[in-house]
Amino acid sequence: MSNQYFAGVDVGSLSTDVVIIDENGNSLAETVLPTGINGSEAAEKAFDLALGQVDLTREQIAAITSTGYGRGSVKFATGKTTEISCHGVGAHQLFPKTGTVIDIGGQDSKVIQVDERGRMLDFTMNDKCAAGTGRFLEVMADRLELGLSELSDPSHVQGETVQISSTCTVFAESEVISLLANHTPREKIVNGLQRSIVNRIWSMVTSIGIQGEVTLTGGVANNQGLVIVLEEKLGQKLNVPENPQTVGALGAAHIAKRGFYK
Amino acid sequence: MSLTRQLNYQFMKEFGAPALMALKNLKKHKPRPVSPTFGPPLKANKRLKEILSRHYFLARYVPGVKKVAWVTSGAPVELLRAFDIYTIYPENHSALVGAKKQGADFCSIAENDGFSQDLCSYARIDLGHMLSGKTPAGKLPKPDLLFCSNNICQTVLYWYKAIAHELNIPLIHFDAPFVAVEQSEADVRYMAQQLQDMIPVLEQITGRIFNLKNFEVILKRSQESSQTWGAILDSMQAKPAPMTIFDAFGHLAPVVSLRGLPVAQDYYHILQDEVEERVKLGIGAITDERYRLIWDNIAVWYQVRFLATFFAERKMNFVTATYTNAWAETTGFLDVKDPWTSMAKTYGQIILNNNLKHRLELMKKMIRNFSVDGMVMHSTRSCKPYSVGQFDLRKALSADLGLPAVIIDADIADERVWSEQQIQTRLEAFCETLEDTPHV
Repeated sequence: MSNQYFAGVDVGSLSTDVVIIDENGNSLAETVLPTGINGSEAAEKAFDLALGQVDLTREQIAAITSTGYGRGSVKFATGKTTEISCHGVGAHQLFPKTGTVIDIGGQDSKVIQVDERGRMLDFTMNDKCAAGTGRFLEVMADRLELGLSELSDPSHVQGETVQISSTCTVFAESEVISLLANHTPREKIVNGLQRSIVNRIWSMVTSIGIQGEVTLTGGVANNQGLVIVLEEKLGQKLNVPENPQTVGALGAAHIAKRGFYK
Repeated sequence: MSLTRQLNYQFMKEFGAPALMALKNLKKHKPRPVSPTFGPPLKANKRLKEILSRHYFLARYVPGVKKVAWVTSGAPVELLRAFDIYTIYPENHSALVGAKKQGADFCSIAENDGFSQDLCSYARIDLGHMLSGKTPAGKLPKPDLLFCSNNICQTVLYWYKAIAHELNIPLIHFDAPFVAVEQSEADVRYMAQQLQDMIPVLEQITGRIFNLKNFEVILKRSQESSQTWGAILDSMQAKPAPMTIFDAFGHLAPVVSLRGLPVAQDYYHILQDEVEERVKLGIGAITDERYRLIWDNIAVWYQVRFLATFFAERKMNFVTATYTNAWAETTGFLDVKDPWTSMAKTYGQIILNNNLKHRLELMKKMIRNFSVDGMVMHSTRSCKPYSVGQFDLRKALSADLGLPAVIIDADIADERVWSEQQIQTRLEAFCETLEDTPHV
C-alpha cells in the first residue's frame, strides 16, 4: 500500500504557510509565501509549491486542514481548525515537553496552555489592537529604516534602552518619530521597542500562567533580540523552532492526519 | 390635565393601539422556513412584540395625562406604579437601538456633545436620544421626573444628573450601599427609610395620594411576575432546553420595564405555559443540543442573531445567564406585610450590588443546576461593575470546576467595538476545547 500524506495550510495576515507530512508525521515539505491581497490564491500557490518539492499531486494528499485568518478561503481544504489549536499541536510535535506556547503572529499574539498530548487547555489573545504583534515590528522597522533582520540583532538589547510607553502601534510610532528627532541612537530605540513588545505579551503570560517548557512560535520568533528579552523576563530558556513561522501549518497537518485515522 | 388629552389617550389605549396591532399582524404572514438548527420559534414572540410596541406607541399620548418617569433597570419601580406614573426605561430603549445596529449613530451624537467614548453605551445612546430626539420607537415622551438607583452602577447617577440638568426636572435617587460582605441591618433601615421619604415627594409631583392597599397589590404582582420569570428560566434545566438564552434576552423586557403591571404578569403566564409544554413534548430551542453553556454579562445586542446561530450550528445552547437571572434572583425577599424592609433587601442585594464571592457561589450553583459544560463571558467597558472581576471568576471556576471558558471583548450596544475576526477565532477555539480538541 502506498504512503498516506497530509497537509496543513495556514493563511495568516502576513504569510501563507504550507506543510506536508507523511503518515509517520515526518515533515516532508514546507513553504512560506506572502499572503498579499488574495489569501485563497496564496494558499493555492503555496500548496502547489510544496507539492512540487516532494513530487506529489493534490490527489495524493489524503486530508488537508486549513487554519489562520483565511482558513475559510482555502477551497481545497477538507477541514478547518483555529490557529490556536494548531499552534498547540505543532509546538507539541516539535517539543513534546511543551506546556505553554507563546505565538506571536502578524496580527495577533496568543499564549496557549497545552496538556501532555498537545491538547489546548486554555488560551488568551491580544485585544483588538496590533501592539505586541509582528505588524508592530514591521511598522517600526520601516520607520527606523531597518530591515527586520537588523531590527532583530541581539546586540541591540544589550546596551542602553529608552522607554516606549504607548501600547498603541500608531502612537508608539509617533514616539519613535520624536525620539529620532531628538537624535536618540537607533539601537537604543530598538531596545526600547523590543522591551515594549515583550511587556505587552507579558501581561497575557501572567493572565494565563506558565507551565512546563515554553515554546515560541510565529514569525516573530525569528527575532533574536526579542527572544533574549523574553527569556530574561521568563527566567527560563525558550524552545525556538527552526521554522517558527510554519508551526501553525505543521499543527494543521497533524490535525488533518488525526482526523483521517479517527 | 386637559380633558382632550385624557380622552385622546383613552381612545388610543382602547382602540388606537389594538387597531395598530391588528394592522401589524395583517402585514406579516410569511411563514418562516423551517430551520435545520433551531427548533420551532416560540409562539409567545408575537405577544411580546405586541406588548412592547403598544407600550412605546401609547407613550406618545401620555404627556399631559400621566406623569412620565425615566427609570433605571434596578430601581424600585413599584413605588412609581402606586402613583400611576408612565415609565420609560432608557436602558431598554438603548438595547433596542443597539439591536437595530443604530448604536454608533446615537453614541456619536453624545460624543460630539462632549461625552467620553469610555462612558457606557446605554448612557451615550440615551443622551444621544435626549439631545437629538431620534429614536427607532416613533417618539418618546419627555420625562417629568427621573428615578435611578446605583444598585446597578454608579454611572446611572451621573447620567441621570446630566439629563436632570439639561431638562431641568427632578431626579429621585435610591441609594443602595454595596454589599461588601453581608447586607447590614443599618443598610436595610437606611434604604427602607429612603423609600418612605419618597412618598411625599411623589405625592407632590403627581398630585395623587399614596394608597398602601393599592401599593401592596402592585408589589404582589411584581413579585409574581419575577417569580414566574424565574420559573421560566428554570425550565431551561430540561434537556433539551425549551428556549435559548438569546430568546430570554428578548423575553426579559417585560419583567424589567413593565414590572408591577398586569400586562407583565399575564404575559409570563403565557410564556410559562408554552415552555412547560415544550419541555413535556421534548421540543428544544435548537434541534441537536450537545453542549450547554452559561453566558455572563449583558447581551451584545447587535450580534444576538450571529451568536445564536454560531453556537446553534455547533450544537451548543446557552441555557442560563447571570444577566437574565438578575430579575428573578432576589425577588423572594419581597413581602407585602413588610414592604419597605423587604424592598430594601430585594433591591439592595441584586447581583451587581453584591460582592464577587456571592457571584462566584451563584454561578457555581447555576452551572450545577443547569448542567453547564462551558462558559462565555462578555467583557464590556460599558458595564464596568459587571466586567470587573470576570478574570478572577473565570480562574476560580476553572480551578474549582474545571469549566472551559472564554472571554470576548465587545460592547452591549455600540457596534463599533465588535471585531468579528478576532471574536470568531476566539469562539471557535473555545468550541474546539469543548469538542474534544483535535490532538495527535
